[in-house]
Amino acid sequence: MIISFVLDGEARTLEVDGGARAVDILRESCGVTAPKEGCGTGECGACTVLVDGVPRLSCLMLAAQLDGRAVITAQGLASDGPHPVQEALADLGGVQCGYCTPGIAVTAAEFLERHPDPTREEIREALSGNLCRCTGYHKIVDAVEDAAKRLGSGCGRDE
Amino acid sequence: MPSVQTIGSRSRRFDAMDKACGRERFASDEYPEGMLWAGALRAGVPHGVIRGMDTARAKAMPGVVAVLTAEDVPGENRQGFIHWDMPVLCGDKVRHAGDAVALVVAETREVLSEALASIILDIESLPVVDGLDAALAPDAPRVHDLETGNILKEATLRKGDACEALTHCAVIVEETFFTPQQAHCFLETENGTARMDEDGTLHMTVSTQAPFRDRFEIGRALGLPPNRLHLTAPYLGGGFGGKDGATVQCLLALAAMHAGGRPVKMWWSREESLLAGYKRHAARMHFRLGAEADGTLTALVCDLDYDTGAYAHLGVEIMALGLEHASGPYRVEHLEANGRCVYTNNPVAGAFRGFGVAQVCFAFEGVMDRLAAKLDMDPLELRAKNALRPGDRNGVGVGMISSTGMKECLAGLRGHPFWQSRDQWVREAPPLTRRGVGIAAVHNGMGYGRGLADSAVAKVRLTEEGRFRVYNSVSDMGQGNSPTFVQMACEILQQDESLMELVQPDTERSHPSGSSSAGRTTYTYGNALIKACEAMRDKLLHRAAMVLMVDDASVLELVPGAVRHAVTGQELPLAALVGMLHPDDRFCIGEAMMPVTQDVPEGGEAFRLGFPHLIFPYAAHLARVEVDELTGNVSVSDYVAFTDGGRVLNPQNFEQQVQGAVAQGLGYALWEDCFAEGGRLLTTDLSNYVIPGAGDLPDIESHAVETEEQSGPFGMKGIGEVGMNGPLPAVASALLRMGLPMTRAPFTPERILAAFDGDNS
Repeated sequence: MIISFVLDGEARTLEVDGGARAVDILRESCGVTAPKEGCGTGECGACTVLVDGVPRLSCLMLAAQLDGRAVITAQGLASDGPHPVQEALADLGGVQCGYCTPGIAVTAAEFLERHPDPTREEIREALSGNLCRCTGYHKIVDAVEDAAKRLGSGCGRDE
Repeated sequence: MPSVQTIGSRSRRFDAMDKACGRERFASDEYPEGMLWAGALRAGVPHGVIRGMDTARAKAMPGVVAVLTAEDVPGENRQGFIHWDMPVLCGDKVRHAGDAVALVVAETREVLSEALASIILDIESLPVVDGLDAALAPDAPRVHDLETGNILKEATLRKGDACEALTHCAVIVEETFFTPQQAHCFLETENGTARMDEDGTLHMTVSTQAPFRDRFEIGRALGLPPNRLHLTAPYLGGGFGGKDGATVQCLLALAAMHAGGRPVKMWWSREESLLAGYKRHAARMHFRLGAEADGTLTALVCDLDYDTGAYAHLGVEIMALGLEHASGPYRVEHLEANGRCVYTNNPVAGAFRGFGVAQVCFAFEGVMDRLAAKLDMDPLELRAKNALRPGDRNGVGVGMISSTGMKECLAGLRGHPFWQSRDQWVREAPPLTRRGVGIAAVHNGMGYGRGLADSAVAKVRLTEEGRFRVYNSVSDMGQGNSPTFVQMACEILQQDESLMELVQPDTERSHPSGSSSAGRTTYTYGNALIKACEAMRDKLLHRAAMVLMVDDASVLELVPGAVRHAVTGQELPLAALVGMLHPDDRFCIGEAMMPVTQDVPEGGEAFRLGFPHLIFPYAAHLARVEVDELTGNVSVSDYVAFTDGGRVLNPQNFEQQVQGAVAQGLGYALWEDCFAEGGRLLTTDLSNYVIPGAGDLPDIESHAVETEEQSGPFGMKGIGEVGMNGPLPAVASALLRMGLPMTRAPFTPERILAAFDGDNS
């Protein structure tokens, strides 16, 4: 089947197998490798992308489900320069091997839109679907907390 | 961010922004043009004889390029780099359910999985050796045909006469402890791509901790000359020891040899990774510790059994570290440590952060706590009283002539508010909740140890554009060695980070520098890099002296992008200087080797490689733990770690390493267990093999105790491993003080509820 969608701001039309997974289409056919695969069963969150603004696990989606949607990956989130949450993850040490980071960045960015002034507990809950094996989460939580301040203080990327 | 990243300053990692923005390319992100997919058929049976295999249907499938079995493997068909007993493809016998028996190369993943499913495998099952007891039984079936039964290696380390000394002790405590197999669960599973070019050179990009050593392992297994193997190792999506040694490498190389020059990709699924990847050794540890009435430790006798699974991998070396660390970071006059490394039909065990030490920490801290209780002593004071100090000899007799900050770590804990307020915190427990505050003192030998040259060769180049390129040759699995290398180069060359470039390991561009393992990565390569950068600095100043017509280079200094005359302020841009240098003159190489101890403990001759160690990082950990009396659920409310890793080069990296290790250690303490029944793994994916998520862990406080390690780059020691060793004993210590003397990890609600009923089995 032929699907059309907007990937990180760019219109894409391609022919896909009806059974193809979204994560494979994004990575292999579109060459956008920010969504990572860590489990293939929706446990780790590394493949998270925003589909029409909502965090979705691209390993559990069919490519067909992307048709007519707008998809934002961590690469797209940084298209006009790093998103404040990406800046904060980098500055505060929320990044180690970096494999889970793209999924965390988009999850956190969307979360902060809904919760501009979160507690650490709320941040931990929001990230509970994104596994990280390197950082112990402490600095990731620090970064999301800091990103909330950056966004709230108006020093975000819209400035 | 500071422009010149000085050593000791908290600064953003060189690689952080690319990773945060999803731009970093891992091995798994490679999809070369025209590539094929390779996959292995796994035995599915933990122990058996292969009677036959019908691959005709798979071979006939459109889109299948090759179907390979043991007969197609050239060379020795044995993997491993010290004890090479693991077939690339099994031909006659399978020893665990994850053994590879056939390899398929296909045009697409769909065809690959259909072809694998169509292979008919006839395996006659053999009785399964499903654990230590089964393996050590007198009539146990043999996993390998060894005269020693299933014992791969048996060894004893002795100092003094521990058995005799125990008879004179005022007090003796005794206990047996059990630890599970733990999975590394790096987020990026084992993978790589490979292509054999026309002249027979095999190019591979692999998620590997040891690209240089891989050449020898692949070469021997497949009969290829190592110099025809070209490996590149981009950033790994985690490793923790699980990518130290061949994972996909030999299978992938074999696939590429049958792919007609096309590139091939192999990427294990999470299920395959759990089934076929390496694990931390499950262990059984019986400890008897004796002390004087004042708490002075006198003698330790212990028996350690490590379940190495179906193949040796690094089992012997891991057991050696267990024995070496069995008496903890303490002075013990008499030691007898007996170890057995045992084959079973369980998944293959191998290297994992805390390499054999994470297990024994549970045991020696467990008996320390029991001793404190028996003597009615403060557990922290008992530890402090016996803690190794500079100049002491450790449990196996090695003199502590390197930095030794165990007492300082404990002193940090002693003054911490969570320790000071422990009684009050316990008293204030909510209804139906038990509280306890536990501590642990741990250490972990750094480097390969005696008998295995721990060396590195670093290279730095001045590029055509007048920038500096560091050729890293020890993989960065996330721990941050490569950004630290940039930081070191920035400091010595006085350059802005924006003028630095970083190359990840490539066997054709960088130089052999060992594996990324053993807490030695930044230490050893860092020492080499310091020499390379200092040579580069001196070279550039001398060359600039000629250009600037000064006869004394000491009046010159490097500044960002230029050489500067300190007196006149005149600057010569590096971009201009580089044009005057011959290309062969634009790089510098430095070499370093880690010092080893000259003390050779009794019994150590059993271990030709990797024993004993000279340099140890130390740590003291504290956990505030709550137990729900209704559900048995254990939660860690607060966690504090004091770590002696020598001088801290970047506090941010230091804290990351400690916090990440503690998180992995808390997983080990509370949830993680590769549960196999009859040799069949029941924890098959991340839904039933549970690693901690953000909501499961507390904030983790990290404090550095900065001793100066004279031999280390800028005074540092490696802390990659030591943080892993504290959480299990610290949580156990808290539970013991709540009346729950747990001896088997992880501390699941079922085990806690059983312990409420007095059952700790």
